Parts: sequence; structure tokens; C-alpha cells
Amino acid sequence: MATETTSKTDFSTDPNANKGMDFSTDAYLDMDLLRFLTCGSVDDGKSTLIGRLLYDSKSIFEDQLEAAESASLSRGDQRMDLALLTDGLRAEREQGITIDVAYRYFATPKRKFIIADCPGHTQYTRNMVTGASTANLALILIDARHGVIEQTRRHSFITSLLRIPHLVVCVNKMDLVDWSEETYDKIREEFEEFAARFEITDITFIPMSALTGDNVVNRSENMDWYQGTSLLHHLEHVHIAGDRDMIDPRFPVQWVVRPQGDEHHDYRGYGGQIASGVFQVGDEVVALPSGMESKIKSIDIGGDSQQMASPPMSVSIQLEDDIDISRGDMLCRPNNQPTSGQDIDAMVVWMAETPMKVGKKYTIRHTSNEARCIVKNLNYQLDIQTLHRIEEAQELKLNEIGRISIRTTKPLFFDPYRQCRVTGSFIIVDEQTNNTVGAAMIIGETN
Amino acid sequence: MTSATKKTGAHEHYRLTHLKALEAEAIHIMREVAAQFEKPALMFSGGKDSIVMVRLAQKAFRPAKFPFPLLHIDTGHNFPEALDFRDKMVDEIGERLIIHKVQDLIDRGDAVEDPGPFPSRNRAQIPTLLDAIEKYQFDALFGGARRDEEKARAKERIFSFRDDFGQWDPKNQRPELWNLYNGRSRMGENIRVFPISNWTEMDVWQYIMLEQIEIPDLYFSHKRDVVERRGQLVPIGDAPFGPRDGETVLNKTVRFRTVGDMSCTAATNSPASNLEEIVAEVAAARASERGARIDDKTNEAAMEDRKKEGYF
Repeated sequence: MATETTSKTDFSTDPNANKGMDFSTDAYLDMDLLRFLTCGSVDDGKSTLIGRLLYDSKSIFEDQLEAAESASLSRGDQRMDLALLTDGLRAEREQGITIDVAYRYFATPKRKFIIADCPGHTQYTRNMVTGASTANLALILIDARHGVIEQTRRHSFITSLLRIPHLVVCVNKMDLVDWSEETYDKIREEFEEFAARFEITDITFIPMSALTGDNVVNRSENMDWYQGTSLLHHLEHVHIAGDRDMIDPRFPVQWVVRPQGDEHHDYRGYGGQIASGVFQVGDEVVALPSGMESKIKSIDIGGDSQQMASPPMSVSIQLEDDIDISRGDMLCRPNNQPTSGQDIDAMVVWMAETPMKVGKKYTIRHTSNEARCIVKNLNYQLDIQTLHRIEEAQELKLNEIGRISIRTTKPLFFDPYRQCRVTGSFIIVDEQTNNTVGAAMIIGETN
Repeated sequence: MTSATKKTGAHEHYRLTHLKALEAEAIHIMREVAAQFEKPALMFSGGKDSIVMVRLAQKAFRPAKFPFPLLHIDTGHNFPEALDFRDKMVDEIGERLIIHKVQDLIDRGDAVEDPGPFPSRNRAQIPTLLDAIEKYQFDALFGGARRDEEKARAKERIFSFRDDFGQWDPKNQRPELWNLYNGRSRMGENIRVFPISNWTEMDVWQYIMLEQIEIPDLYFSHKRDVVERRGQLVPIGDAPFGPRDGETVLNKTVRFRTVGDMSCTAATNSPASNLEEIVAEVAAARASERGARIDDKTNEAAMEDRKKEGYF
């Protein structure tokens, strides 16, 4: 193992290098990004938790705080409602509910964080799925007084369905159960029991009180029986670099960069974002669907060349040979190719008021490709509470989840969603309204 | 990033910093728009966010030209420095700039300046923008807005649909999943696209520093004539930006944290004269960036209301 370090990498390996919230310029330029999802309802203290993370990391400004304060007062509240900091739309403030996914940002000297803050109720499943699609980690809140409830199961299932690699179960409001280890253990056991049915590889449990701050940013003194880290410490240190697939090179071509002037007469770059795997100059590649092979001549970002590219970098790739490639095509390695096919099975979350009908035609967007498809079969609808398969289901309504078989008008180049979130996902678009009506995760070719 | 490519472990080798991850996302979005739309344009104001957008477009499309023009909605209330910078930059990058003037619409009677003690052309930008969309038949407009700026923005999609009247309906937004963007629209509808939605003010400054991007001098500390108005330092210039009755003109060392119209942008007391000092100042700041925008203070849902009318 190479031991080469620079002053910048010193920072990322030494936890004491930059205590507190004092950033150095180098630290800023060397942070990585963690996208996480919070799911829960108003009652379980989610807004308080987010408010605390933002406030303790100095991500809330005084004028924003003052605005929330004066809004609380003018509504006649006794104390400032932290939810006002996160509820953005007028209807939400008036009704005291969260309708849509809200994105929040904060940073510590370790990492930069993007929070997708999702409403908790069943009717907002589609919002949670939206937030989950890009998350590295999910935070599920459990009220220690109530333990695992139906909503906890639903959120855990969606986390598993969307294959969010890391899950943190926050057992909140521990102050209201006398910081009881027994209560915490019971909730933990109950959660582990039902979560065993899901494919969630990394689960961390943290007992906390968002209200008092115990185990949010600092370790709790009220729960000396808890040996783990605080939530923020966990968020800062959870290992996410290994979540990306570096083995299977996939490059969906998005845009062909072709200068018109004489100066770059011979330049023909294929622009796109690396979906998975690593591409290096000199690599042998094959273009799909043509099957033509060539070698990578150059990789650049805006004209600055580099030796290699890995996900999720957006680059332009030039090939040695002049072969016909356009948007929707895919570059991969000759000995490592995705499945090419028109008959596909997928789990779908329905997101529109108008139900999904078997036999109906839709447009789908998959990587940089667009195709039409027909829904050939609804294999079953999944009862999100019991995980029971309803095989007699005829349609999928808003927020319902099921396994479908589709046939597309042209071959798609895909991998199972479990292997690659980018080449394994597609959205379904209604051709009359142009709305995005479904989110689909590919299982594989239809048997 | 040389430090990110040093081999320190199996996956560390491919570690991507947050700025590079945000850059990659923005490039992807820009190329999606170029591919999915017939006539996009990039909103360019000469402010730091739109300058970063131009750099990102260079990353997405160079060595070719941009597949869209730049569009400036000229309010006539711009800082002269910002206009000079705009013209110099457009010349350097060799791209096409379309200027659409609020004044022309006011002269035609199609837009009015907000009267009152704080005359503003903020709302007059809306019909001007819609007029430009109609004249040039733009179907997609890139904007440099960020979700960290304001509460209503925090819930807006990256591809934000507008109806025939340019209106945003916050309750009827399309789900946006993975990196898949659905740009299908009907005739007359158009979209606003925000490639740097997920950037914070700090990210923008760091990116400017990392990429050594040139920005107008207004952002760095300088001596300027200002007056104190409603607790803010308001820049003083030629009419109609002169001092009001009873106001004393002060010459102070200030800089601008955000650059909008002269009529609605306040200066901050600051000695920060280079990017490192600005980054340090932003990190320590206790007031939000839009706190320097006088136009957002009108009421709690000011931005939400303007967006519903067609504002960016």
C-alpha cells in the first residue's frame, strides 16, 4: 500500500487535525459529499433533529432564525417552532405540514452534507422515493415511547427497495423514557427482527434526544451505557467510498461534443457521466448497440485531459477509431457488458393519481436513452405494510408498489438495480400529460 | 485534483471531493438540457453564480461552442462594473449574448417600475423575461439559483416547469429521481433549469477559488459611497441612485456579497480583499446572503409569490 500523503490528505486521515467548526481553506477543498435522507413525521422530532444539526453546525443564519421567530410569534406560538426553518411553502406553514422534499445543506470540517428532508405519511411515499433515489444513507426516527410503528416498517422497506447502502436508526426522545437502556434494547431487537427480511447491509442504532441534544452532536452523559458514537460523528465517518461500483465500466453517451471551427477539426468527444466502473486512456471499449470496438484515445473535462475517470465524473471521451456513436448509446468493456434486451422485469413505485394500467403504452427514460414501452404484466402488487404479494392486483395506484414486466420498442442496455443504481433504474412518463408517473428498479430480463 | 488521485487505498484512489461531485452533477444537467431541448439559453447577469455557470458550461461543451446563447435581462439598474465585466467576459469566451432590456418594456408600457419609497425593477424583470422567451422562442432557461438561498427554492426541482404564463406551481412538481430528468413539455410551456441547485454559497466561493475564476471587483473590498438606510449600507451612484433627503453619504470600505440591482443590493462592511479572505468571511458569517437583498424582506413568502408569477 502506498503511503504517499500530502498536507491535504493528512487532514482527512487525522480526526484531531481540525476540531470544532473552524475550517481551513485546504479542508474545504478536500471534503467529500454525503447525501442523506430523513424520514419521519412532525411528531417524532425530525424537524427538531434537523434544526439541531443545522444550528450546531452554524448553517442557520441569524436573519433566518429571526424570520422563523417572528413568524412563530405572529402565529401566537409560545416558543419558536423549529419546523418553520424547514417548511418552505406557504401552504405548509399554514397547515403545519410538510408536503414536498426539501433539500438542506450543511458542512462540518469533515464532510459536506445534503439532507433530503421527506414527509413521513403514506400519501407521501413518492416523495420519500424521490429523496431516496440519490441518498447514500437514510435516517429513520423512532419515538422511544412508541417503538417500531407501521411507518417505521414502511420507511425501512423503501430504504431497502431503493438500496440506500447505509441506515441509521435514531431512537429519539430518550429523555421521555428516563434514558432507559432496556427500552432502547427492546426497540433495537424489534427493529432487527423485522429488518432481517430486508436487504440492508449496514444498520447503526443511536439512542438520542434531539430536543436536549444528547448523542446528536456530542456524546450523551445521560446514557453512559451506550458505547457508540454520536449521530454527527457517524455521519462524518461512515465509509461511503466503497459503495460505488468500480468493477463494471458503463458510460452512457449523453451528448456528442463536436467543435465546428478549424482549430479542433478532428475533435469528436462523447460527453457523459460515468455510471459505474473505471475508464482509462488506452482501454479497449465496445459501443452498444453497434458492437463496434475501439480504444480510448483521450478523456477530458472541458478540454483538460486526464488519465482516467470514475463515477460520478462527467467527462468527454474520444476514441481511436471513427465509429458512429450518438446519444443513448453506451460504452463498456468488450468482456464486461450489460444486458441488452427489450423484455424487462422491474419493481415500480407508482407516482401519479391516474393508476398504471396493464396494456398501456408509456415512454421511459433510462440513462441517456428514451424508448416507448408497453406494460405487459403486473406480476403482483406488494402490500407495503405486510410485504404480502397481491397477485390478483389489476392496476397500481398512487404510492403503490409492484413488480411489472415491460416490453420496449428498442433494446436497452441495463444491469440489475442491485448492481448499479444508474443503469438499473428508469422513470416512466405518461405520454398524454408528460408527467413522470413511475420510478422503476430493474430486476432483470423477463423469464 | 492531484490530491484526490494519489493512491492511498483501493477506493480512496477514486475519491471525489464535494466540489468535483457537484461539478459533475451540473455538467450532466447542462448536457441533458442541450440534448432534450431545441432552444435553451443561459441566464447571465454578471454575478458570481452566473459566472460559475459559464465555467460549468465550458466544462460541459468545450472545445466546442455552447449550444445556446447567454441571455441578460438588463434592468437598467445594474452596477456599471457588472456590465463592464459582462462585456469583457463574453468577448473573451467568444459566445453569443442576447440583451433584453426592462427599459424597453417600460417605454412600451408593458412593465412598470414598483413605485414607493424603494423603487425596484425586480417585478418588472418578470414581463421582460417572458417577453424574451416569446421573442426568441426559448424552451429552457438555465438559472444560477441555489436551494440554500431561500425556503421556497429549497423545494424547487432542478428541472422546474412553468406554464404558459411562466408560473411555478409548487404543489404540482414532477418527481425527480436518480439523475434522470424528464424535460418533455408541451408547446408554450418552458422550463427553468438550475444546475447548481445543490451548491451552497460557500461551495460557489470555493469553486471560484479552486478554478481561479475571475469575478467583478465589486465582490472584493473597496472604498465606496454608501448611505445607511433601514439598517443596511446602500450603494450610492448617479441618479436615480443618489442619496435621499436627510441621508448622509459615507465613504466606507465595503464589498458586495451578492450582486443584484443597485436599487436592491446592500453592501457589507468588509476588509476581505481576496478569495481566501472571502471564504473565511463566509464561513464566519451570521447573516444569510439573501439578507443583503432588500427585495426579499417584504414578506415571509416574498420569493414564493414572485416565483409563482414567473420570476426565476
